[in-house]
Amino acid sequence: MKVWHFSEMAYHPAWPQLRDSYRVIVPSRLYDPKIGADLYHRYLDEWALCDELGINIMTNEHHATATCADSVCTIPMAILARETKKVRLLALGMPIGNRNDPIRVAEEYSTLDVISRGRIEMGFVKGVPFEIAPANTNPVDLMERFWEAHDLILKAMTSHDGPFNWEGTHFHYRSVNVWPRPYQQPHPPVWMPVGSPGSAMEAAERGMTIGVLNTGWVRTPPIFEAYRNKAAEVGRPMTPQRLAYMALIGVGDSRAEGERRADQILGYSRTSGIVAPQFMNPPGYASPALSAQALKTSGAGFRAGRIQSRDGRNIDPRTMAAADAIDAGLVFAGTPDDVFAQLCAFYDHVGGFGHLLMMGQGGLLSHEDTVANLTLFSREVLPRIADLGV
Amino acid sequence: MERIQVGGVSLEVTSVGEGPPLLFLHGGDYFAQHRDFFETLARQWRVFVPRHPGFGRSEQPDGFRTVHDLAYLYLDLIDRQELGKVTLVGSSFGGWIALEMCVRCVEKIDRLALIDAVGVKFGGREDRDIADIYALSHDELLARTFSDPAGAAPDYSRLTDEEAVLVARDRQATAHYGWRPYMHNPGLRQWLHRVRVPALVLWGDGDGIVSADYGQKLCRSLPKARFELIRKAGHYPQIERPAEVADAIDRFARAEVLW
Repeated sequence: MKVWHFSEMAYHPAWPQLRDSYRVIVPSRLYDPKIGADLYHRYLDEWALCDELGINIMTNEHHATATCADSVCTIPMAILARETKKVRLLALGMPIGNRNDPIRVAEEYSTLDVISRGRIEMGFVKGVPFEIAPANTNPVDLMERFWEAHDLILKAMTSHDGPFNWEGTHFHYRSVNVWPRPYQQPHPPVWMPVGSPGSAMEAAERGMTIGVLNTGWVRTPPIFEAYRNKAAEVGRPMTPQRLAYMALIGVGDSRAEGERRADQILGYSRTSGIVAPQFMNPPGYASPALSAQALKTSGAGFRAGRIQSRDGRNIDPRTMAAADAIDAGLVFAGTPDDVFAQLCAFYDHVGGFGHLLMMGQGGLLSHEDTVANLTLFSREVLPRIADLGV
Repeated sequence: MERIQVGGVSLEVTSVGEGPPLLFLHGGDYFAQHRDFFETLARQWRVFVPRHPGFGRSEQPDGFRTVHDLAYLYLDLIDRQELGKVTLVGSSFGGWIALEMCVRCVEKIDRLALIDAVGVKFGGREDRDIADIYALSHDELLARTFSDPAGAAPDYSRLTDEEAVLVARDRQATAHYGWRPYMHNPGLRQWLHRVRVPALVLWGDGDGIVSADYGQKLCRSLPKARFELIRKAGHYPQIERPAEVADAIDRFARAEVLW
């Protein structure tokens, strides 16, 4: 199994001043760039350490938020492409339905791939509903734009005979000619985060690797199952390497220490869904049938949080206790033995996967704790799962 | 419910009353709250209300992406239904469609009534002429939309699943056409001199989505228009004051046009 360390580079110093919304409408006067600089360097140091620990690197991006100060997922990757030498670099990723210029995305990914000498993995993401307001993109045809951008980016990265023409529904270029061409041939691996069986099937048809985030014990199996079935149906070779699961991981020399670390990382889950409701369900982002249910139950907005315990209880992520998060399969925590056992149980429950997206830092977890968390994981857990999901 | 075909597009329509033809173009939301208004209008008019493509039970054709498509569709509809010269009434988003029709062709349009219409940009790039309904909290949206939210706003928890899906489709279709540029066509203002029909600009005095000041600017931009405030009404005066709005339209239709 490949393991990837992921952090949202949270600007947590602003959190105590926030209440109803951690996103979209939070004024940037709450951001102190001097503190922000220290935080960026610290998070980058933790990723750089991963190169020594044999843990791959994953970045993401969000906008107008104190929960994630990484607003351009390829910028930390640009630094790490040179600062690291061995591990692979996954940007999960680029919200291509929200970006106006897919050619620029192809250029960014190609450049990163060449500088890193072929270590880039390209994530294309739909983006959560509250990314719509900062991007001001039309939510109704978001996925139409997503797939057109996807097709254009891949064609741009794999065409090497001079300019071609693209006059699509959403994107118009008369001279597409991306330099540099990517290092990996024909192009870097393509990933997409998914949250439903339907989108898993769309990814399976195209042979993309899917990452599932925050789906836990109850919602993950049908997503993986849908992917496997669709891959078989369309004749795509199925390997565990097509499936990735994200978990928050706290490991310690004692169970209490590991659980304390996980509890601090859970600051991510407890804050990331706190959004003013009007941004939670922009019209057309979800189907009319889903939006209709939201309308009937909560006026205009969606209710955050669809986390379920193993026995089907709804868990509010904003107040989630570590024990509940472990039960729900969102968190693996404790001693290395505990984490290994929880991971194996989850692996068997969902039918296997080839990538563990490890949130090894989140919330208020300090630099010292993050280094210890990653180091202990690398030493005590990584060797034991090397043969899983290959 | 009736359906008609306009070109290749299948539309849901409401057709009520007897009298001269009146084509009503609805706004983005609260369609189900228009029943009293249509009944009142039907005493004087043959009222014809198409549901825009993508709204209600009208289909969303692939090629329909802008308000221009809706304007041409309804110009076609007037021709093909042989309605004769119509009184065209547009509310909010429907007022935008009506303006786009009139700058193209007023041959079959007798008079134009706009009710809290959108579609035109008057302010500068940092001015918000039209409130961002997608960025307002639920309570603020209702307070800006209705003069009396408690009396006028629907209780969505009481809708059937089917009714709720129709509301969701309306909201989706409104965003489809009006998301960016937000609820206006940047080029429309320069062509408003082509609205060469007598026009009545009605406005709710408590409209918090587009202010009465915007309405007066719109009125002044049209060659032959008169402005009238509807008291105790918000963005949808025809929902909150159906009799007053219907009466204003009747008076306008009968009036010798001196302006």
